[in-house]
Amino acid sequence: MNELLELSAAAALRRIEAGELSADEYFEAHAAAAAGEELNAYLWRAEPGEARPAPDPEPGSGRGAGDLRGMPIAVKDLFCTEGIETTAGSRILEGYRPPYTATAVRRLGEAGARLLGKTNMDEFAMGSSTENSAYGPVLNPWDRARVPGGSSGGSAAAVAGRLAPWAIGTDTGGSIRQPASLCGIVGLKPTYGAISRYGMVAFASSLDQCGPLTRDVTDAALLLRAMQGRDRRDSTSVGIEAGVELPSREDLAGLRVGVARDFSHHAEGVEPGVAETFERALATIEELGGEVEEVELPHASHGISAYYVIAPAEASSNLARYDGVRYGLRVDGERGLVEMYERTRARGFGAEVKRRVMLGTYALSSGYYEAYYGRALRVRTRIAEDFARAFERCDLIVTPTSPSVAFELGARTADPLAMYLSDYFTVPMSLAGIPAISIPAGLATPPGGGPELPVGLQLTTPAFTESKLLDAAHALERAFAFEGAPR
Amino acid sequence: MVIDREQVLHVARLARLELSEDELETMAGELSGILEHVDRISALDLDGVEPTAHVVALDNVLRPDEPEASLERERALAPAPDAEDGAFRAPSPQAR
Repeated sequence: MNELLELSAAAALRRIEAGELSADEYFEAHAAAAAGEELNAYLWRAEPGEARPAPDPEPGSGRGAGDLRGMPIAVKDLFCTEGIETTAGSRILEGYRPPYTATAVRRLGEAGARLLGKTNMDEFAMGSSTENSAYGPVLNPWDRARVPGGSSGGSAAAVAGRLAPWAIGTDTGGSIRQPASLCGIVGLKPTYGAISRYGMVAFASSLDQCGPLTRDVTDAALLLRAMQGRDRRDSTSVGIEAGVELPSREDLAGLRVGVARDFSHHAEGVEPGVAETFERALATIEELGGEVEEVELPHASHGISAYYVIAPAEASSNLARYDGVRYGLRVDGERGLVEMYERTRARGFGAEVKRRVMLGTYALSSGYYEAYYGRALRVRTRIAEDFARAFERCDLIVTPTSPSVAFELGARTADPLAMYLSDYFTVPMSLAGIPAISIPAGLATPPGGGPELPVGLQLTTPAFTESKLLDAAHALERAFAFEGAPR
Repeated sequence: MVIDREQVLHVARLARLELSEDELETMAGELSGILEHVDRISALDLDGVEPTAHVVALDNVLRPDEPEASLERERALAPAPDAEDGAFRAPSPQAR
């Protein structure tokens, strides 16, 4: 394998800055790897030899060009890219070429990054395994009989499989963190509002957030810094006022690290290998000078229930736009407009998307609204209050990222609820809108035996304290010294 | 069963989604299973708890109302399955 593919983005940038590596050579090495990939991680790739130049910064944006010096980046196919097919993993958007580019992608371009490819994903970001893509599942580079997680499974597999130095994805209930955990890489979901959602195909608008999937914590900080900030095209984007510091911390001295009993390795359904890795991580935290404190998150275990009302409710509304009129697929019938709608959506949406549109429509329908949607919004308040109270006693909270290591392809496709429970540890932070990061904490043997697979540790801190979160993650990353390469 | 075949059919109409006979059956079972799990929150005491629809504490975000160029008509129409005379074309809502 080309040794350039082993470099983290920050390491490559240092070499490019020192004149020891050409940006084009680095890009081409990845374009060639992406062209020959066998994981189904990409839906679109830059042709080798055809790197597109990075665009100039928007006039008056105050953004300097060139920090990212022509670095290749893989982008989840949920982000609109002008003139380049954007499918969101759905048949209904097959062939769709957006007339504009998402702000997050645009900002990466302004910072000097170049688009390497668009990555495969669960249809409309609905799923935890990337098996819901209309374009076939993505394979986990650690074990090709297993899923990479989802919904940003293509981005995670591309980074872990050395098909991209780094990538961006989106996280609504765990769609960055869970695949990062299952693929042994770093995945950051920033605070809701840190990065503009403009040009991101909408799933659940009060939860959707863009973030990086990277080899290490420093790379995640670099991408967050390039993308975050207020955007007049997304009124919910506020940016991180304090800015983003590159992480440097090497210990956790003086930090109080919260662990909630029902929301840790003691939770129901956590695999033994994941529990052991988590316990070792707690010991590492103490060795680094952190104080492990027990905290209470009494409503976190209800996160899945609240999430699987709120997210489908918002999705059923957002996906009403796929009506065969303005873009995407149209299937005509004989009986006019409504039949055209019904047939287009029947043909264009996959099973999971239909399930969620149905669930959301039901939860919002007359007679059920208060029992489901109304109550779910109140549980959401309770979950946010739980975190706020816990953060009075600790600086950060840690959990396993996922109850399991990567599972086998097909293992959960027949049982939607089992798939939803993959998000047990990640959904509450999304509901509370706070930042959370998954970093690889070690390897564990899967329940049925076989080669060891990565296990992620999730860290979370109060809203807009990404610099602190990244610093703590950096100290732990050094201590874990995870060997991040699939065999 | 929390939700039966008739209810599934009703919701599918609301969602403008044509479902096959097979889909109607499996959907009733799957949605019921999910809703049973969701129903755990019905046991919580939530009296007096304010709902949270959005986590960012933002009031209205305003900007000066200045005219500016937006997406040109041709570019907006380019991805449409059917467009004519500078407009999207769709079947008649009256047709039966």
